Amino acid sequence: MARPAGRPREVLLRLDQVVKHFPVGRGVLSGRDADAVHAVDGVSLEVYRGETLGLVGETGCGKSTLARCATRLHTLTGGRVIFDGHDISTLSRRQLRPYRRQLQMVFQDPYGSLNPHRRVGSIIGDPLAVHGVAAGAGRRRRVQELMELVGLNPEHYNRYPAEFSGGQRQRVGVVRALALRPKLIVCDEPVSALDVSIRAQILNLLADLQNELDLTYLFISHDLSVVRQVSDRVAVMYLGKLAEVAPVGELYRRPRHPYVAALLSAVPVPDPDLADRRERIILAGDVPSPVHPPAGCRFHPRCPKARPVCVEVAPPLVARGGDGADHPTACHFPVEPGDDLAHAHAAIDQPDQLAAGGDLPRVAGSNR
Amino acid sequence: MTVTAPGEAATAAAAARPGAIQGRGPWRLAWERLRRDPVATAAAATLVLIVAAAVAAPEVAHAVGHGPNDQYPDVGLTPAGLPVGPSRSFLLGTDNLGRDLLVRILYGARISLLVGVVATLLATVAGVVVGLAAGYLGGLVDLVLARFMDMVLSFPYLLLAIALVSVFGASLTISMLVIAFFSWAAIGRVVRGQTLSIREKEYVEASWSVGSGSLRVMFVEILPNLLAPVLVLATLLVPTAIVFEATLSFLGLGVAPPTPTWGGMLSESLAFYQVAWWFPLFPGLALLATTLAFNLLGDSVRDALDPTAGRSTGGGGR
Repeated sequence: MARPAGRPREVLLRLDQVVKHFPVGRGVLSGRDADAVHAVDGVSLEVYRGETLGLVGETGCGKSTLARCATRLHTLTGGRVIFDGHDISTLSRRQLRPYRRQLQMVFQDPYGSLNPHRRVGSIIGDPLAVHGVAAGAGRRRRVQELMELVGLNPEHYNRYPAEFSGGQRQRVGVVRALALRPKLIVCDEPVSALDVSIRAQILNLLADLQNELDLTYLFISHDLSVVRQVSDRVAVMYLGKLAEVAPVGELYRRPRHPYVAALLSAVPVPDPDLADRRERIILAGDVPSPVHPPAGCRFHPRCPKARPVCVEVAPPLVARGGDGADHPTACHFPVEPGDDLAHAHAAIDQPDQLAAGGDLPRVAGSNR
Repeated sequence: MTVTAPGEAATAAAAARPGAIQGRGPWRLAWERLRRDPVATAAAATLVLIVAAAVAAPEVAHAVGHGPNDQYPDVGLTPAGLPVGPSRSFLLGTDNLGRDLLVRILYGARISLLVGVVATLLATVAGVVVGLAAGYLGGLVDLVLARFMDMVLSFPYLLLAIALVSVFGASLTISMLVIAFFSWAAIGRVVRGQTLSIREKEYVEASWSVGSGSLRVMFVEILPNLLAPVLVLATLLVPTAIVFEATLSFLGLGVAPPTPTWGGMLSESLAFYQVAWWFPLFPGLALLATTLAFNLLGDSVRDALDPTAGRSTGGGGR
């Protein structure tokens, strides 16, 4: 889905220090929030018109929450969402309605996202009905045209979701998002629930639709290969914050954040010789709890390059070293060419490291 | 899902209306499962019979020549003044006033079915509205409504029914209102719980993202998914309401005599069961058959609507 370079870039969606906390363990009597899951903690991101921005991260890093903040399905705890020049961060559901025509979402679960008690024709016609675009026979015709556009048999208009396969259901989800000809579609893991053989179909469908209808995608996935295939730029999230944002080629060729480098080293490669020669960076420990995220850089308890300043100061997301402005990294000590992360040792005590044998390429700091 | 022969149905529909393939929705599938269930068929047949008997009560009365409240002190009572047993003129015997039990039971069926159905409808509508509002709106509304439902469910209902009837006087309307009032909360509580869980489904989120308003989400997305459990609960509520009505009548709090009701007949038979076995037996059997049929039908409806959770299939729960 590469776009011609050098074309003027217009920001379609701007996230400005978006924060979303979910209260947990709310006191019954006090009514005060005891704790909160810091799902998204100050994310700033721009999506340019016509591009596909990939957003990757592990399960639980807050990428789906960020998607629901961007589409305002969640109310924000803090920060702003600016869509096409309009601040939509505090609008009510009613006030949001006009923006819904231009800002749509494709959901992850092709089974959960379609109401089992409604016919697909009526599900796809929903956006048209809600916005009063078409009614009666006209709506039916529009829906059938749309079904044809995404490769569904228009004669299946009266069928129920249970009568479709997973791939077909996801096409229904895609076409529901398309019905109003939106400018931006947020795709929340649109292919993770699908068989590998079906994935390519849906990804190609999304690519074709982007070319035909001039769409912009915010494409969320935990699958690095999928993101590499579809994205123009990629943003990597870790524990509610962005670690690195870069054009897709640059990120995969020369990751700057140690976390991103570790992630990329874990992508399976089809060539067994290459896989043998490659050295994986194995991070110690688990992702910390988002209820009590680490101070300073959130990655410091697991980072092979961590130093005392990482514990104290959260690194801002800015271009580091000789990187271009389109390649910011949230790291005090970004990865340089020639760094051997697999055998690097952090200069701080890290709580989660295992007392593993020295011959394992573990990222371990001290020698307990 | 069943994949048996979608071809014939599809081709038939397509032939009738080109470009249309009729889908088989969850209701259609449940109906087909229900039709193949022998217990459901038997229960439904019994209920049809009972309804037909209730409808035909005046005709039967005309045929045997006895009105429901006609007393026959000469032929309907023994010289000692006791009820007479089943005979050619009184097929199910007579009661303590020399009235025809058969005719009275048939007329009693009208009261029982009327009260059972109307009270259930009232309770269902109230339960769905309150439960949906509580579950969907949440917050303070939910807190108040949910506590109110708990309160209704924790009332000693018979005592309160006695109090209400003694204030407003015994009548058919009061009976139905009292029964509905003590039944809706059970439905409301289930509806509230279901609404809470359905509200978090992705298709509800998808509906928001399309721009739907609250009413649309409530009635287009959530309500159709509530109908299955509500239908089961309502079917099972009918026999409860019938027994409730019989209880009220038994205690003399229901429909005023001489209108025949099953509960009232059972109550009248109390002093005579040792000398006239038919007097309590036949009204009791009518009550038993009706409630049993409704209960079995309710169970079958539940199994048909959710075959994965059924006892017969087993194992396949989610």
